[in-house]
Amino acid sequence: MKLHEYQSKNIFSKYGIPIPKGRVATTAQEAKQIAEELGGRVVVKSQVLVGGRGKAGGVKLAKDAAEAEQLATQILGMEIKGLPVRKVLVDEASAIDQEIYFAITDDRAAKKPVMIASAAGGVDIEEVAATTPEKIIKIHIDPLLGLREYQARDVAVAIDLPRDYWREFTKIAMGLWEVYKNTDASLAEINPLVITKDKKLVALDGKMMIDDNALFRLPDLAEMRDTDEDAPAEIEARKYGLSFIKLDGDIGCMVNGAGLAMTSMDVIKLFGGEPANFLDVGGGADSKKVAAAMRIILTDPNVKAVLFNIFGGITRCDEVARGILTAMDEVKPTVPMVVRLVGTNAEEGRKLLENANMITAETLADAAKKSVEAAKKGK
Amino acid sequence: MSILVDKNTRLIVQGITGNEGLFHTTQMAAYGTNVVGGVTPGKGGEWVLDGKIPVFDSVKSAKDATDANATIIFVPARFAPDAMFEAADAGIPLIICITEGVVIHDMMRVSNYLDQKKVRLIGPNCPGLLTPGEAKVGIIPGNIAIPGNVGVVSRSGTLTYEVLYAMKNLGMGASTCVGIGGDPVNGTNFIDVLEMFEHDPQTEKVIMIGEIGGNEEEKAAEFIRTKMTKPVASFIAGQTAPPGKRMGHAGAIIEGGAGTAADKIKALEAAGVKVAKHPEEIPTLL
Repeated sequence: MKLHEYQSKNIFSKYGIPIPKGRVATTAQEAKQIAEELGGRVVVKSQVLVGGRGKAGGVKLAKDAAEAEQLATQILGMEIKGLPVRKVLVDEASAIDQEIYFAITDDRAAKKPVMIASAAGGVDIEEVAATTPEKIIKIHIDPLLGLREYQARDVAVAIDLPRDYWREFTKIAMGLWEVYKNTDASLAEINPLVITKDKKLVALDGKMMIDDNALFRLPDLAEMRDTDEDAPAEIEARKYGLSFIKLDGDIGCMVNGAGLAMTSMDVIKLFGGEPANFLDVGGGADSKKVAAAMRIILTDPNVKAVLFNIFGGITRCDEVARGILTAMDEVKPTVPMVVRLVGTNAEEGRKLLENANMITAETLADAAKKSVEAAKKGK
Repeated sequence: MSILVDKNTRLIVQGITGNEGLFHTTQMAAYGTNVVGGVTPGKGGEWVLDGKIPVFDSVKSAKDATDANATIIFVPARFAPDAMFEAADAGIPLIICITEGVVIHDMMRVSNYLDQKKVRLIGPNCPGLLTPGEAKVGIIPGNIAIPGNVGVVSRSGTLTYEVLYAMKNLGMGASTCVGIGGDPVNGTNFIDVLEMFEHDPQTEKVIMIGEIGGNEEEKAAEFIRTKMTKPVASFIAGQTAPPGKRMGHAGAIIEGGAGTAADKIKALEAAGVKVAKHPEEIPTLL
């Protein structure tokens, strides 16, 4: 789960990391009021869960409250990479001397958290990593020991931070470690961490990603979820414990297991088709889940055919077949359906579907070919 | 010979009285796996499977009574890290964790702790192990694979079943099938298993099933190129996956342009690995 900049910075602030004064607004009126309270120049920043807000014109500097109102009106009406801007953050403007990148994230290969820092902050760090990797410092943290202060100092030295700032930087690093640890973050990023003209370190922008699997123990964070970036069908799927991702093709897919679901998409493509979605009904899928999955697939008007590929292990094929029948009764689909059942109770499952007017297939390749043909006919 | 599990495996089941634990204990025992006991705190003294398998309150007491040398974990995600710590502290050298949805931070702590204790972990979020004809320690359906000389290692579950089934249809058997799991942080990785297969006399060829996300396949390719003498065939799932989206498995995500199927296939082919276009084709490449 991604957090907005304002949410991330509020959390940083609770852990003693200095952030600019400011608040979030949903109307231009509110933005004006906040700018008046702050006085002087302010920055109006769109709050959407995508990168490149600045380049898209979603971050603007205002010299006074009137201009802040005007800019907020403009930004609140924008869409950035397809996402509507519903909130703006109004922050006091900072006079900047230097911009630093500083983050703590999971290093999945090392199985440890890692601090990443660079004196070349403020820009896209992936670009820095690609073009000038020597400018990026990485120091791993022992997950059983936690971040030690000497490691934070090592980072400060490595990015040539002037000595006067070491103490403050160490405090910020320790704070960010606590943020990362206590929120089960997969990313806690300050970009940029700035040195201001009046010689202070301030987290000007923040980004956080939280491990979805940890939300059960982070109820406050779970409530912060913004579902704007998810397709409605993805939100619906989440309710039923289905893993669903919408794609642009015309062949709907329902598969058990993530690896096999990805593979089914690949094989459809291999035989000249385009998958309309990724959908994993999960292990032990019962008929209720299967029916929900089918409804979700068929709400996409692009879908011209549906491929069911079920390899029964824990999942029983007869149970899935019952789900398909229930869903067909309910949804009354008009597109052709290709079904392949293998494994536990496959025979029983196939029998149940005998009179259901479905195209059957033996192998995955065969199933993919048949669904590609069916989709072509449906156009 | 085989790797990790065989007839001599003495298995306990953590979470044996739960729905899934009990179901799969029944399946494993029916396959012939030597399930010597189970653990559910608060149910010590009970028996399952018609009085055949004793239940204990702790892994320590189960190990003391049964001399178990492996454990399989079926407890819910929020209790799984504790179950793994408990098994390691009780001195069980091999842990297989089936549970899906373990928090990554917990897994980083577990993984580092287990490494210090020299305990081998398979998973989490994996289908477990199958040495056909000898032992099934996990949830892979036993009837889809036959004994043979092909080692199989995979990040996936049902996709692995698909490959085992295609192998069986061609009369090709497996020495051991290892599901290492689909999480970003897990215990045993591709290289660990490839190394075991390289040293296992029964294994003559290897099938490696990877997917998008991370760079384990690339590292495995380097290992195959420099250290392996046995032929390897592979399949990589997720060639059509869009970037930035988690494809069901927590670890299956293309981040910042890295972890794509194309990169992995290129690395494997450069290492002399034959990469299949679809899973049913893999066994024909060996």
